[in-house]
Amino acid sequence: MNFSPVRLLAVLKARLREFYRDTASWAWNLLMPVLILLGFAFIFSGDEEPMFRLALLGDAETVELPLLREDFVRLVEVAPQDREQAVVKVRRHQYDLLLDVSASPPRYWVNRLSERGRVLERLLLASAAPADSAGFRRAEVAGRDIRYVDWVMPGVLAMNMMFSCLWGVGWVVVRYRKNGVLRRLQATPLTPFEFLSAQVLARLVIVSFVTTAVFIGAWLMIGFVMRGSWWLLALVFFAGALCLTSLGLIVATRLKTEEVADGLLNLMSWPMMIFSGVWFSMETAHPVAQALSSAMPLTWLVDAARSIMLDGAGWSGVVIQIASLAGLALLMLLVSARLFRWS
Amino acid sequence: MTILLQAVGLVKQYPEVRAVDGVSFDVEAGSCYGLLGPNGAGKTTTMEMLEGLIRPDAGEIRYRGRPVDERFKHEIGIQFQHTALQEKQTVREALEMFAAFYERNADIGELIRLCHLGEFVDRDSGKLSGGQRQRLLLAIALVNDPALVFLDEPTTGLDPQSRRNFWSLIEDIKQAGKTVLLTTHYMEEAYRLCDRIAIVDHGRILIEGEPDRLLRAHFPSTIIRLPLSAIDAALELPDDIRVIEGRYELFTDDVSGSIERLEGLGASLSDCQISAPTLEDLFLKLTGHALRK
Repeated sequence: MNFSPVRLLAVLKARLREFYRDTASWAWNLLMPVLILLGFAFIFSGDEEPMFRLALLGDAETVELPLLREDFVRLVEVAPQDREQAVVKVRRHQYDLLLDVSASPPRYWVNRLSERGRVLERLLLASAAPADSAGFRRAEVAGRDIRYVDWVMPGVLAMNMMFSCLWGVGWVVVRYRKNGVLRRLQATPLTPFEFLSAQVLARLVIVSFVTTAVFIGAWLMIGFVMRGSWWLLALVFFAGALCLTSLGLIVATRLKTEEVADGLLNLMSWPMMIFSGVWFSMETAHPVAQALSSAMPLTWLVDAARSIMLDGAGWSGVVIQIASLAGLALLMLLVSARLFRWS
Repeated sequence: MTILLQAVGLVKQYPEVRAVDGVSFDVEAGSCYGLLGPNGAGKTTTMEMLEGLIRPDAGEIRYRGRPVDERFKHEIGIQFQHTALQEKQTVREALEMFAAFYERNADIGELIRLCHLGEFVDRDSGKLSGGQRQRLLLAIALVNDPALVFLDEPTTGLDPQSRRNFWSLIEDIKQAGKTVLLTTHYMEEAYRLCDRIAIVDHGRILIEGEPDRLLRAHFPSTIIRLPLSAIDAALELPDDIRVIEGRYELFTDDVSGSIERLEGLGASLSDCQISAPTLEDLFLKLTGHALRK
């Protein structure tokens, strides 16, 4: 193939220059996610919740526990199939205690690092009749408190990355086509492969820089939980950026006006922003919404990043998401290279 | 002379219009060849086929006697009528980026001097005046030291001063031995710069040759023009005095004899214009409509 790294580098340099000299653009790229995180940190800093959150498996009427009717306890009913997820939430301090009254004898999970959990445990045992309390089976988990801002952080980073990748490639290349930049380049020996590779590489460099800067900024300003490997997290974000950039490239292949590109990019990004679990968990969503969510690359990225950051997941915990992101990226790169037209 | 570029029976059909309909011509090495015609005549489509940007539906393009191939892009330079450059780069950076695309390069410093880019070489290429921008686009077209330069309406939109400056540049390029193929709808531009022209309308070449020879072949040496108010409308005029584009025109090789005839008709000569025929007149004669409709 007629490939010249010199030509590729020339376009890459020009694209990077175009980005870093556009002060408003990169300032916005850096500032927006930090502002979102600060906003959430502020909104959820208040403490108007009931004092305790108790997750309950089984029917509350089957047990004689006055505690379950107290105003200062919020009861969250958990379906039997969601038990494991509820245990994780106890570990993350999202529930102070999980009580399974459908088991015989009743069983409860408590986080030994949660003061509220330990207080609620005492109240539970005190509330039960002496004979019953002796019959409770105790399970202990451990895990640091997870604030909403910790939970939402991977999603906000991934969402910022998605917008940057989709618009930074899709919209920009369509603008190049409309204003004649592509036509000018077509008249040179530059090949579509060299041009497209330069766009993808430039976006990966930009996204890596912005994401790292936002990460450090948020770390310094808000602080958040990071339990897994930094390298694995970087790999997940890299695979995500590659996949989302390739998605942007599909939009860039043929469209001729920014208006149509804008519409299509919105059509892609908004469902992902809503259904990928960036802002709220999809666990209790309608099954159709869950199925839709599981088919979205942003979901794979958010899930993997969240597992690493919040649960300390290792390679085996995120390999499926990384492989899915990389596989889809490869497929879309091949399709884009085939569909691409200069004019 | 050596033929550098040949267009043979080029055809381009779009769904609603046959933009180019069997165009053939030869461009000699070292010459300037002009495609002259109104907007929509098919000049730009012909150029784009020759540049390899669009594929002809029929016909052949030969460069140095052989069908064009991938190497052709390294041999040519193109200045487009409508184009943009990537944003946020200086004039020098734009030149360097385009230079990186080619195996052979002109000296960038020499290009900056030739195209008079020195005073704004470190300015953002998006913040140039029309004339400065056209000079940069010309420099980009020359960045690979091409043998053949395509200039598509290079002075459209420029003020008269900038246009004349640009013509001087193109003459310098010709002096440097490069072959130039240009499209224009300015007859003065074609007359001044081109060694040969083809007048194009509705996708066809109406006539082709050296500008002076074409004019000599079609017209007497002089045109005398008078406003309609200069002659009594009730008079019956001789056949060679015609009303064209809202005025009387008389083509003649005998200026003093024709003036005497006009005086004999009682014509007022105070607003009389005497000039040589131009390519605009030729176009009007051939097509029945003006070059710039």
